Amino acid sequence: MSQAGAVEVRDVVVRYGDVTAVDGVSLTAPRGQVLALLGNNGAGKTSLLQVCEGFRRPDGGVATVLGLDPVGDHDALMPRLGIMLQAGGVYPWATVGEILELFAGFAATPLDTGMLLDRLGLRGVRRTRWRRLSGGEQQRLALAVALVGRPELVFLDEPTAGMDTEARHTTWQLVEELRADGVSVLLTTHLLDEAERLADQVVIMRSGRVAATGTPAELTAAAGIDLLEVHADAGLPVTALGDRIDAKIDETSPGEYSIAGALDSAAIAAVLAWFAEADARVTSVNSRRRTLEDVYLALTTTRAPAATSITTSTEAPR
Amino acid sequence: MTTLPSTLHNGLSRGWVELLQFARDKTAMIFTFSFPAILLILFGVIFGNEYNDAGVNAAQIFSASMIAYGIVSTAFITMGIGIAVDREDGTLKRLRGTPVTATAYFIGKWIFVATVSLLEVAVLLAIGVFGFDMRLPGDAGSWWTFAWLFVLSVISCTLLGIAASSLVRHARTAGAILNVPVVALQFLSGIFIHPITQLPDWMITLASVFPVKWIGQGFRSVFLPDSMTRFEAGGAWELGRIALALGAWCVAGLILSLMTFRWTGRRDG
Repeated sequence: MSQAGAVEVRDVVVRYGDVTAVDGVSLTAPRGQVLALLGNNGAGKTSLLQVCEGFRRPDGGVATVLGLDPVGDHDALMPRLGIMLQAGGVYPWATVGEILELFAGFAATPLDTGMLLDRLGLRGVRRTRWRRLSGGEQQRLALAVALVGRPELVFLDEPTAGMDTEARHTTWQLVEELRADGVSVLLTTHLLDEAERLADQVVIMRSGRVAATGTPAELTAAAGIDLLEVHADAGLPVTALGDRIDAKIDETSPGEYSIAGALDSAAIAAVLAWFAEADARVTSVNSRRRTLEDVYLALTTTRAPAATSITTSTEAPR
Repeated sequence: MTTLPSTLHNGLSRGWVELLQFARDKTAMIFTFSFPAILLILFGVIFGNEYNDAGVNAAQIFSASMIAYGIVSTAFITMGIGIAVDREDGTLKRLRGTPVTATAYFIGKWIFVATVSLLEVAVLLAIGVFGFDMRLPGDAGSWWTFAWLFVLSVISCTLLGIAASSLVRHARTAGAILNVPVVALQFLSGIFIHPITQLPDWMITLASVFPVKWIGQGFRSVFLPDSMTRFEAGGAWELGRIALALGAWCVAGLILSLMTFRWTGRRDG
């Protein structure tokens, strides 16, 4: 087996007329890992996935999936993939059991459909027609259809959209089991807890570009604290603290100071030392770890940097 | 490594699900079957005993000719709409993401369309036999003609339906778009008008380019006595020419459908 990633995307561009949906994206989804594409609606996640799934040729760049060209090597590649689409494409008048058996029938060594129905809580609706299923049940069946062929690589486009909490957790467990079995997973989501829980690698997309890549830990700077809130006397000359540490320091309201940045132990010690030297009466100190949500919001909302990669834990969220 | 299921297997299992779908979607089923049947009953009753000749009346002639309309409307229109809908609702896309090949997809569609066409023909024949005293042929030769005629008709019309589906931008307009050439050709080809010889020459010439005239003529040859050939444009059943014309349309349809078939819609992707 080659050392190349399960999915290798190099400078991929996707255009719809004048609109550039994916604007020069490069990423690697390692084999046996879960990569989450995170981004707002319209960030280009699904378009990028479509290229990887062979549904469309990129307008620029190259995508390689399991070492193959998704369009040119379509027939060789498809038996090795499991694709879960966002919606559509299921026979509305056929029952859950019939649909799953149909798709199982396309595979060389399908999973046991009864087991899948049990795992996804679909046993009770086995004889129900697709059109009578709830949105969450349709999603679960779509997931079952993607997994029934024992794929080596699974593409999940917003897999838990429309699912209730229980189904969402079941889905997460399934993804974790797939990973444990050595299956590579590329999923899109705009749920941060989903990415944080499942992903080995997170790629945050914004306006068709990669805004950040890294492990959830790297992205959230797990080693450090990103915000200290200190309550002390009002009106302290905290700007002077800026000479000692690299952080954004504000008195957000009288007596409430926020020190934001990638704060390591030395920086925290320096902050507390400064308050001590200033003879301040410190009444409380709260620290906050940066969450993926902070990183995400910082990158995907206003004035996001045009950076193509943030892979270190030292970058402050801006 | 275990081998993948064959294209034929995938096509058959898809065809089965399509038939299940169709049988359960009562509205679609009733309208698909009833439209040609209602037209046949109307034509039969309205023209009744006109040009009663050699024991053959207009209703019996329409019973034979309308088989052509039944096949064209089922094979061409159902196929054309079906693919447009599959393309729009993501069925094709979902299949594209599986080991199902285009050939397997079309085998499934063809099984579905051929089965429905056969049932359609059975309905029309039942109306002809029980409603208008049409006589079924007793010789094997006529049924052999019926068999190859049916197969060539369904194949050529489904292939043309596949090609025509790419002209359809939205599934909801597919029926309207595809019915225009079909209904026009029924008039030009002597299906709704009998005998075809009363049409201007240029119309007959134009109709001769398309398959409908040949399909209707062929089914009349199966169910009507040979004396009726004098109402045909060529004064004969011309079975060889019919086979040639339909065979040519199968080839043309295959080329056109291969050139135009798309898995996804224009705006999709």
